[in-house]
Amino acid sequence: MIAVEMPVQQEDSLKPRASEVWATDGKSSADDLSPLAMHGISVAYGGTFALSDVDFVVRPGTLTAIVGPNGAGKSTLLKAAIVLVPATGDVRFWGKPLNAVRGRIGYVPQRASVDWDFPVTAQQVVAMGLYSKIGWFRPVTRIWRNKAKEALHRVGLADLADRQIGQLSGGQQQRVFFARALAQEADLYLMDEPMAGIDAATERVIFDLLADCRAAGKTVVVVHHDLDTVPAYFDDVLLLNRKAIASGPISTTFTAANLKATYGGKIAVLDRSSSIAP
Amino acid sequence: MNLLLDYNTRVVLLGTLLLGATAGLVGTFLVLRKRALVGDVIGHATLPGIAIAFLFAEMFSPGTGKNTATVMLGAAATGLLGAAAVSILARVRKVGPDAAQAVVLGLFFGVGASLFRVVQQVPTGNAAGLNGYLYGKAASLVASDVWLFAGAAAVVLLVVLALHKEFVLVCFDAEFATATGRPVKALDLALTALAVAVTVLGLQSVGLVLVVATLTIPPATARFWTDRAGVMTALSAAIGGATAVAGVLVSALAPRIAAGATIVLAAGFCFAVSLVFGPKGGLLSKRTASVATRAA
Repeated sequence: MIAVEMPVQQEDSLKPRASEVWATDGKSSADDLSPLAMHGISVAYGGTFALSDVDFVVRPGTLTAIVGPNGAGKSTLLKAAIVLVPATGDVRFWGKPLNAVRGRIGYVPQRASVDWDFPVTAQQVVAMGLYSKIGWFRPVTRIWRNKAKEALHRVGLADLADRQIGQLSGGQQQRVFFARALAQEADLYLMDEPMAGIDAATERVIFDLLADCRAAGKTVVVVHHDLDTVPAYFDDVLLLNRKAIASGPISTTFTAANLKATYGGKIAVLDRSSSIAP
Repeated sequence: MNLLLDYNTRVVLLGTLLLGATAGLVGTFLVLRKRALVGDVIGHATLPGIAIAFLFAEMFSPGTGKNTATVMLGAAATGLLGAAAVSILARVRKVGPDAAQAVVLGLFFGVGASLFRVVQQVPTGNAAGLNGYLYGKAASLVASDVWLFAGAAAVVLLVVLALHKEFVLVCFDAEFATATGRPVKALDLALTALAVAVTVLGLQSVGLVLVVATLTIPPATARFWTDRAGVMTALSAAIGGATAVAGVLVSALAPRIAAGATIVLAAGFCFAVSLVFGPKGGLLSKRTASVATRAA
């Protein structure tokens, strides 16, 4: 079930494979405008389904949160979108397959996914976001180093450009990852738990940067764990627990009933959610 | 030191210098990719290849079994096969990367050891020299070997220079590399091929048991002196070359110790010194002290 605020129309130029997958939903022209439209996504890990038949269509120019309990498959859904995990179903970016638009997608992995003792500086990590533009067999020349520095400046880390990444705080490391995605100059950002384990100040900085991205017409999808900040910062939300429970604008989707359906009988969560959602 | 004036000594020194430097270069990426032990698997997995190549050669043309090129080809084939077996087995959920390495290493070495029994019973060829590949026999290097090493070193250096930024990216964040469309599998394959090449070249001088040490000790040592992958790569090559030369010289003074062993000992000495005194995370460095304070 997808709640997109766009006229839903049947479209003829539909590929047969996609029509099978989208049988439950019908094909909408919104999918061709959507920076990310996923239909019938299933991911199986050793016999059990981490995700089962998930539909998720992101509205352009929004900040969209993916929320749900631990093990709900939030990160897996992001990874399935860019084929970091094998999945069945159909994924389109602006109506096109991944390989046609890879350069327009910026991915921010979980901070814990890399070794921060690795011998690189903050600036060198950010420059990695430029490698597909730099091209094969070419060194990272001054022009590119300056671009990396610019991105670091935007996240407020210009002073720490030459510091080895293990010498940064958790929040600074997260901002380095964000700067690397900014350097890609993408149109769609997929961020996996960017607020995990960071201080309140950094969270504020990152939310401001996300708002800047939206103002620049970009779309941001964030795997998020903190329900409290969802209504204040995001436009849309996907409530996920192995299946898509509900998705759409905060006002209509982030409701106590939907949260209960997502989190089950976890009272603490329900108490909190009932106070923020009408 | 009139030792250095001797032609044979110079050949051996130059050969091991090239080999040590190349191993240090390639080993940097094995260590950064957290696949140091794959070097050990490849080393041990060359043993059945050496035996099979010998047997085939003796079958078709008796007396040619110990031909260096033949042996190297066989070693490379099963070395690659071993690396491939690890990457396939590691993906089986109930096995995992750790056990996959141990299983493949043991299995391939076991097959090789069994085949060596057969090799020793071949009447036509003299198999005695084959045992030298276990611990290496640096003194047996000849000028043609050195030319081969020089050529291989040039190729390896070229590949590493051309793909350095991609190799570092894959080592640091393979997920991001995949997401941005870099061919991670091909880059990993290139890295494995380089490791196999270095291992095969190192069979004669350091031997298949100790070749992993020449791949991993220099980069592990270099890490204590720099926080930059590029500097680490160059430093590791330098340490690999220097400790190889030092090891050969020590071995020349104490001829009963295999050069492979003395090379590893020289590298081990550098590692120990760096572990204690290295400014980037050595035991006495400020950074380590501050980490310890934070932990306390």
